[in-house]
Amino acid sequence: MSTHSTEQSSYPRADVDPPSGQLFPYKHLLGIWGLDPTAIKHLLDTADGYVEQNRQAKKSTAICNGLTQINLFFENSTRTLMSFEIAGKRLGLDTISMSTGTSSIKKGETMLDTAATLNAMHPDVLVMRHGDSGAVKLLSEKMDCAVINAGDGRSEHPTQALLDALTIRRRKGSIHGQTIVISGDVAHSRVARSNIYLLNAMGARVRLVAPPTLLPCDVDRLGVEVFHRMEDGLEGADVVMMLRLQNERMQGAFLPSLREYYRFWGLTREKLTVAKDDVLVMHPGPMNRGVEIASDVADDLDRSAIEEQVEMGVAVRMACIDVLTKDLRSGDAS
Amino acid sequence: MKTAYTNARIIDPANGFDDVGTLIVDGNLIEACGSSLSPDTADEIIDCNGKVLCPGFIDMRAHAVDPDAALAGGITTIILQPDQTTIIDTDAVVERIRHRSVDSQIVSVYPMGAATQGMRGEQIAEIGQMQESGAVAFTDCTKAVDDAQVMRRLLEYAGHFDALVVQFAENPELAAGAVAHEGETATRMGLAGVPAAAEAIQIERDARLAKLTNSRVHFALVSSREGVEAVREAKSKGIKVSCSTAPHYLHLNDNALEGYRTFAKVRPPLRGEDDRLALIEGLADGTIDTLVSDHCPKSADVKRLPFAQAAYGVVGFETMLALALAPVHTGKLELSALIKALTVNPAKLLGLPTGNLSPGSFADFVIFDLNKPWRIDADKLISSAKNTPFDTLPVQGQVLKTVADGVRVFERS
Repeated sequence: MSTHSTEQSSYPRADVDPPSGQLFPYKHLLGIWGLDPTAIKHLLDTADGYVEQNRQAKKSTAICNGLTQINLFFENSTRTLMSFEIAGKRLGLDTISMSTGTSSIKKGETMLDTAATLNAMHPDVLVMRHGDSGAVKLLSEKMDCAVINAGDGRSEHPTQALLDALTIRRRKGSIHGQTIVISGDVAHSRVARSNIYLLNAMGARVRLVAPPTLLPCDVDRLGVEVFHRMEDGLEGADVVMMLRLQNERMQGAFLPSLREYYRFWGLTREKLTVAKDDVLVMHPGPMNRGVEIASDVADDLDRSAIEEQVEMGVAVRMACIDVLTKDLRSGDAS
Repeated sequence: MKTAYTNARIIDPANGFDDVGTLIVDGNLIEACGSSLSPDTADEIIDCNGKVLCPGFIDMRAHAVDPDAALAGGITTIILQPDQTTIIDTDAVVERIRHRSVDSQIVSVYPMGAATQGMRGEQIAEIGQMQESGAVAFTDCTKAVDDAQVMRRLLEYAGHFDALVVQFAENPELAAGAVAHEGETATRMGLAGVPAAAEAIQIERDARLAKLTNSRVHFALVSSREGVEAVREAKSKGIKVSCSTAPHYLHLNDNALEGYRTFAKVRPPLRGEDDRLALIEGLADGTIDTLVSDHCPKSADVKRLPFAQAAYGVVGFETMLALALAPVHTGKLELSALIKALTVNPAKLLGLPTGNLSPGSFADFVIFDLNKPWRIDADKLISSAKNTPFDTLPVQGQVLKTVADGVRVFERS
């Protein structure tokens, strides 16, 4: 039974010693789907160590000195891109970021050509975000180096799910056994998908709360309980994860108005009364205050973990880079 | 010059014939076909060793001609879709394609004309003149004619010429932006989906319009249980509806998309397992009239893209028979029902003289080995592109000889 310093109880499925001895036997991190609990726990444990390091004055360790990290963002992002860049720099990698808005690159050919060009420059880590589901997987097939998915379409955003899990584990002592509510635009959310897979793999009880128009078809078959009313879904919840309502979904066929959305699905202090007293409120950011979350809930220091999530983000991304380049570094040493 | 094909299992659904026998070809015409014919008068005798001999297949939906691939698949008549570089929406284009077919192609090519001008769904195309020039049916290909008033008038107008209108059964609003079947797989992979109801809604509306106008309507590619049931229901009411499906819908469900395999990206999308089984049942009980290849060669450049951007379509000529024989081998589909859907049914719908082995007909037929096991190898396909989701799949049943207009145009070595 191995538990980490911030973990209060062990989750047996994640404490298996794999026969290969490899705790993370994958070349890329393309998604949470397909990762086993042991690998997820290994990433979280590694990240836990970096949390302490990031709180010290001297934050860098040059364990990845000489390696090159390219951040390739085909979709606008500030926080994820910065988080990856800081994570790389703190490990001593040379990081280069290239951000192209969705408008400038429309053709997929350009994406694969860019990949071939980048590959010729021999990076060691490629972090990529793209607006199309499956795009990062497609690109990884053309790359020799480790590829980290920083979000692809509506498919996956694995580092976000890992940082959410780390936040929960540090605050609650474990992930398994927790009742975790994910609320908001599940249909268009990669964050929701990665979180559902990760939390299920780690033994949590996952509930979704959203209006029917924002829930994808057959979502209940992903191993979640589905609710449409906040009052029902929040009953006895340990953690509430709110999702950002994307601007383009706010008008049109999905919802009648923001006012009405806030009335029924906005997270307010009143709606939270049915959750557990020590309920943890999370949001992947950036928040729409007064739309999916009330300001007083977001700013409640006792319950809100929103800033902590950003802090965990750097640690988790350092852990991913560390774990994925481990073989490369040991290869250099021998 | 007379040739006798002896010792063949001859299946000719048009004449209700299924027996071991002999087929005698005189020049480019069939002279006789029967179980007790004497081959003695023939100049050449070919022993078919008990293999199946049936009319050449009529592929009612192909997006490219690819003649060699078609003949290798036993297809002697191709119905070309109007979505060509120049959209087939005038008699001049139809005429050019017919001339080229008569002059230079071994395989017969008949175009379908666009149902509306430019396939824009707004104004009826020149159906009468295109029909005169050789167009056999009218369709907007992968666009449903959405406007109910346009569709009504189209059916009325085409009905006057007894021209078949082929509708793509997918409600465009429900399908907007969709690239997959709406279900668990699409949800998990983060792909936008179109529900099976989009198909049934279109079929139900157009069946009502067909009833209203007392005209015929054919649904291009039925992919779901709901779709098959909607067609069955309309047929039971005596409405003149018919429909097709393609072998990939009989063979794959949406699990084939796993790993974002764009080679399995087709329109309408591959649906659930229950839908797949319903399609086999529909073909077996005759609800589905014809089986088409939906042959659509696409280069790797437009297929090797993120799923949402990748082109639709699979190549189908060379794999059509072997894939369609799978439910025959598992006992879910009668061989004669399959041959019917590949020959006499499309011929009747389109008013073509082929698809039978009657004396005096053009000698278009195919000889195939029902049981020959082989493995599909994308690299060995002779189609103009290799976009098949069936690479490395073991299948059973292979075309041995294809005869078009009395000439053995394909022989497997």
